[in-house]
Amino acid sequence: MAARPTFPAGLALDAHKQQACGTPIVELPLPPQVVLALDQGTGYSAEPVVTVGEAVAAGTLVAHAGHPYASAVHASLAGIVVAIETREAAVPSGRSVCIVIDGNASNRIDDSVRPVADLAALSPDELVQRLRDAGIAGLGGAGFPTATKLAYARNLGAHTLVLNGAECEPWICCDDALMRSAADDVVLGALILRRAASAERCVIAIEDDKPAAIAAVTSAIERLRDEALTLAVVPAVYPQGAERQLITAVVGVEVPAGGLPADAGVVCQNVATAAAVAHWATRGEPMLSRVVTVTGSGVEHPGNVRAPIGAPLAALIAASGGYRDTPLRLIAGGSMTGRALPSDEVGLTKSMNCIFVATRDDIGSRLEAVEVPCIRCGDCAGVCPAGLLPQQLLRAAHADAHDTLRQLGLSDCIDCGLCDYVCPSQILLADRFRDARRRLQEAAAMAQKAADARERHGLRKRRQQEAATAEQQTFESVRDRARRPDDDSAGDSN
Amino acid sequence: MNAGAILIAVLVAATLAVTLGVALGWAAARIEPNADSLVERIDALLPQTQCGQCRYPGCRPYAAAIASSAAEIDRCPPGGEATVRALAELLDRALRPLDPEFGVPKPAQVAWIDEARCIGCARCLPACPVDAIVGTSRQMHTVITRQCTGCELCLPPCPVDCIELRPAPAVSRRYSQPRAA
Repeated sequence: MAARPTFPAGLALDAHKQQACGTPIVELPLPPQVVLALDQGTGYSAEPVVTVGEAVAAGTLVAHAGHPYASAVHASLAGIVVAIETREAAVPSGRSVCIVIDGNASNRIDDSVRPVADLAALSPDELVQRLRDAGIAGLGGAGFPTATKLAYARNLGAHTLVLNGAECEPWICCDDALMRSAADDVVLGALILRRAASAERCVIAIEDDKPAAIAAVTSAIERLRDEALTLAVVPAVYPQGAERQLITAVVGVEVPAGGLPADAGVVCQNVATAAAVAHWATRGEPMLSRVVTVTGSGVEHPGNVRAPIGAPLAALIAASGGYRDTPLRLIAGGSMTGRALPSDEVGLTKSMNCIFVATRDDIGSRLEAVEVPCIRCGDCAGVCPAGLLPQQLLRAAHADAHDTLRQLGLSDCIDCGLCDYVCPSQILLADRFRDARRRLQEAAAMAQKAADARERHGLRKRRQQEAATAEQQTFESVRDRARRPDDDSAGDSN
Repeated sequence: MNAGAILIAVLVAATLAVTLGVALGWAAARIEPNADSLVERIDALLPQTQCGQCRYPGCRPYAAAIASSAAEIDRCPPGGEATVRALAELLDRALRPLDPEFGVPKPAQVAWIDEARCIGCARCLPACPVDAIVGTSRQMHTVITRQCTGCELCLPPCPVDCIELRPAPAVSRRYSQPRAA
């Protein structure tokens, strides 16, 4: 096979996908309760529009997306709102305000859920707004609102929509399973997204280790016969599915540092997001469920589960046969970029593509790793897909040298974790970089606040001076007027 | 080697020394360093709380005092050690600990008004160095958290002690949670 073009560096990893990928997608029975986090993974929360005690139907809007980085949340279960409170949640901050809904057996569906009849008549702007109202968010792992991304793409004139079906992270195979079972949905969603983004063409990118998905999507494209839609098979190299790396591989352009993909004329969406868009178009259903991989050596029957957003993770694990062995960690995401979860009581979020129940067999080598000093082997620079110098960055991060960190391009780190994966000294480089990025952001925020305070203090001083001058002038004019009659009378008498 | 050559060399060196000496002396006396730009650079390193703990009325006056060597660099508790270090580096002065006489560093804070207890006396409004309090006579006041520098200058004028300082909200939405696997 001829070498396929891709991004520089990266590394082929053990995929660990066979565990979960053999069986068809399981539908989770409706759980008795859902916990809907208002922060669906971006750090920005939607605002509740229901109150405790209110009855909701499946598909009722329960939280409105005020901020462009928040996504609207809909009830995934018909029932009664029993609590709106801050709880542990499967988001980076670990906590979010959650709306808790106790299900009743009615299974009532909200009146707003009906097929989009006027789909073809909607303008791209209206389409973007409708997707925002439907709470469609990126299912690839970031949970970023699709409408916001599409709006950026339209403003900057993106010409290509890249549909990300690479799914490069070890252990995760929910997109693979979805493409195999619902390729027609993916392709239909791709066309709607392309129109919403006003892009000329759409490329669906799939890694070459997913032959069944490639075959399914190929035949779906053939059935549809749309010339704007093509398939790109990319090599299975981690992190192929990272947005910037995939764009380089598929379109052949590099997204500028500090810029958005739209700056390079590209907008990227996940294949599962496209399938959710198709769901919305054909059934009018807002984003109420997603397919998630439940895998790892600590679960009895690894597989893919379609579950309502907000379903407790324990229910998903139970649907996969429950725990076995001695699970060490419950991880949201795969083995490279996953985050540890606080418990299995948290609700499923739109950004969670994998529940990885890890045992010592899966992650033991990392847990027992002892960090030793850097030996300057340079392996980290060799694999960095962003072309950074992790060694130099580490030194600068230790010294907290902000200018150096900026010059070395810390903000271009995509947090893929390959540098610590290859490090023979077992240094947790990516953790340090994530921490350093936070410190840089904090320093920038503090500098901005100081600049604002300086300006406001300056304005206040000027205002005080002007007031003092005005008072002085008033005093002088009053004094002058008080003296003038004497002068006038003196003049008259003369 | 003849004596004439030595004499010429000595004369040339002496002439050079005298000329350059006079030029440098004149320059030192006539061309003043740009004091304003130095004040600006010092001011840029100060935290802009405008709290007056340094006993100058604001950050810029303190910067001017540092520039003219009227004040030491150890008087800014809100800036903490980091500011002292940055100032020492900029001015090539010896690093020294903060002088506790001017206060001790505290975590970032913002003022908060207990609106139920506020009587609307408007006395805290002119005290705020960055106009971060909104209100008027006989109306409830409130602090614009985003703009409050936590300087504490609004506390003394309040007759009902309804203002308190609370930890400043996080400025970053990034979280550095360690990798799980």
